[in-house]
Amino acid sequence: MMKCYFDHVATNPLDTRVLDAMMPYLKDDFGNPLSIYEPGSKAKEAIENARGQVASLINSKPSEIIFTSSGAEANNFALRGIALARQNEGKHIIVSRMEHHSILNSARFLEKMGFAVTFLPVDKHGMVDPDVVKKSITKETTLISIIHASSEIGTIEPIEEISEIAKEKKIIFHTDAVAAAGNIPINIKELGADLLSMAAHQFYGPKGAGALYVREGLRIVPLIYGGIQENGRRAGTENVPAIVGMGKAAELAKEEMNARIEHVRTLRDRLIKGVSSVENIYLTGHPDNRLPGHASFCVEFIEGEAMLLLLAAKGIYAASGSACSSKALKASPVLLAMGIPSGLAQGSIVFTLGKDNSGDDIEYLIAEFPQVIKRLREISPYAKGWGIKGEGGECIVQK
Amino acid sequence: MWEYTDKVKEYFLHPKNIGEIEGPDAVGEVGSIVCGDALKLYLKIDKGTGKIVDAKFQTFGCASAIASSSALTELIKGKTLDEALKVTNQDIAEFLGGLPREKMHCSVMGQEALEAAIANYRGRPIAVKEEGRVVCKCFDVTEEKIRRVAMENHLTTVDEITDYTKAGGGCGECRPEIEAILRDIWALKKPEKPAVPKKLTNLQKIALIQEIIETEIRPGLQADGGDIELIDIDGNKVIVALRGMCMGCLMADVTVKGIQDKLKELVGEEIIVEAQ
Repeated sequence: MMKCYFDHVATNPLDTRVLDAMMPYLKDDFGNPLSIYEPGSKAKEAIENARGQVASLINSKPSEIIFTSSGAEANNFALRGIALARQNEGKHIIVSRMEHHSILNSARFLEKMGFAVTFLPVDKHGMVDPDVVKKSITKETTLISIIHASSEIGTIEPIEEISEIAKEKKIIFHTDAVAAAGNIPINIKELGADLLSMAAHQFYGPKGAGALYVREGLRIVPLIYGGIQENGRRAGTENVPAIVGMGKAAELAKEEMNARIEHVRTLRDRLIKGVSSVENIYLTGHPDNRLPGHASFCVEFIEGEAMLLLLAAKGIYAASGSACSSKALKASPVLLAMGIPSGLAQGSIVFTLGKDNSGDDIEYLIAEFPQVIKRLREISPYAKGWGIKGEGGECIVQK
Repeated sequence: MWEYTDKVKEYFLHPKNIGEIEGPDAVGEVGSIVCGDALKLYLKIDKGTGKIVDAKFQTFGCASAIASSSALTELIKGKTLDEALKVTNQDIAEFLGGLPREKMHCSVMGQEALEAAIANYRGRPIAVKEEGRVVCKCFDVTEEKIRRVAMENHLTTVDEITDYTKAGGGCGECRPEIEAILRDIWALKKPEKPAVPKKLTNLQKIALIQEIIETEIRPGLQADGGDIELIDIDGNKVIVALRGMCMGCLMADVTVKGIQDKLKELVGEEIIVEAQ
């Protein structure tokens, strides 16, 4: 059976070139970067080299990169670290309803600590309106955090405009670029964000390595206290092999960026075109301004988890934001925030392509996916128009 | 991903009895597309023997909803209506070799569709919605249903109720109410904590306060990232220290008042709580 992996927002496979770069640090070069003898300095050197590679990916200075264990840690660090560092200047932060849980739940934590949080609405494409950002700013606002690109719907937010607004008002601006970094070009000088989160496994690096870009001179309160690693801003003995892997993956992503984008964009456009003949299927997110390898849909009358598992039975691996596919049994807050009716949001399915997908993969998907939809619609009572009475009705799922 | 049994996978990938029955003798509908699952059950019933000769279904929902619906039709075919009415949601789950805890509501949906279909056949109003007060507004679940499912499945916690009925799984506003219902149900069987004797000795009072703080108050605070430490008990004055997230929390005064109310209720009106 064919195996097609279309869930690159969940994670990416490790590039063998990255593994090769990591291998020495998993085997012989085990030193602690803080040790002052030779094995230690070798590890230290490896980390600093990786820092340079990651900095180069976003055109920052190496000293502006702090390694973390994940994108989620980088997001927690940015939100809590800046909010706390500036709490004497104000206690209001702004995030959007597109954010990842690591931002939303950090914001809710800050709310419990006595901060006020504004959760910005979005339009039907999941876009944050810079004017609305501007209007939400108060004298108390110290931090704005807006996701760079949504992993669920692929939409790329107007980050440059929002960072302009923040700069004008002297507010710190963070962007969660976990889904974007390594996949689309990021030049921090042009983007203008003060902080930016990344995760290595989103660009063929290992899991367990992330980074937070912190603009030079910006004060941030650590999340993890302890030793002097990462200039005292993130304690804990460094995960040397993972950091080396992140560096190598960043280097490769930069080198191959244009070719990869071209490759996945072509495949994605074929995919979207290929399934568009199915009735009652809707592309979610922005039609043009979206991640190059990202195709997300809502399929009417059927449910996402069932779609996911039928596809998986055919060796096709995808994602869904339906209530039943999440452990919390809640439909995706991102889809609901865009105004998609909760009944339709149940039919969410997300395909995210990677550099190793081939044209054959797409042909296989285009052949099998409509069959899966057809099969589930045969089972579904709604496909034949049985009372869509509940639509837009009383079943309000939590914001 | 969910851990489904092989039987669930089999009944999901190759469900039996899908589709409509032409001219059915009974139809049962439950659920709604907005809530994430819905089931329409069709029955063909032999008028003479009262047996279900055919059963088919249409389901909107996840893998376990489809498997549960299919299992239901297999379970009831050939049974008389009275026999079929004895099929419970546990029977459906058992037939499938078990369901993930969070997916038990799929089996409950099967049982409800069957009840609705039989009521429909017997000419009773199609009671898709159960009578009674709606407790969970997000998923439209009545007190009646919570009570019935709790009794039949021996559920004692709010989380279990959510797994079986979805109630409390949306905004969560009704969770205290569900808790009250559960307390009410199980109070009939399990006595609540022993009634406080009229006059407590100092030692008894201290022990009781300690116990209430440990079992009734701390877990709630800890769930919100806070904590409490009992510092001293001086006569009727209980001195506590708030820890963790409670420290410096703007709601600390309200929290202390809440603790005082609880102790007044369970120990005695004379109790006063002060935070250090």
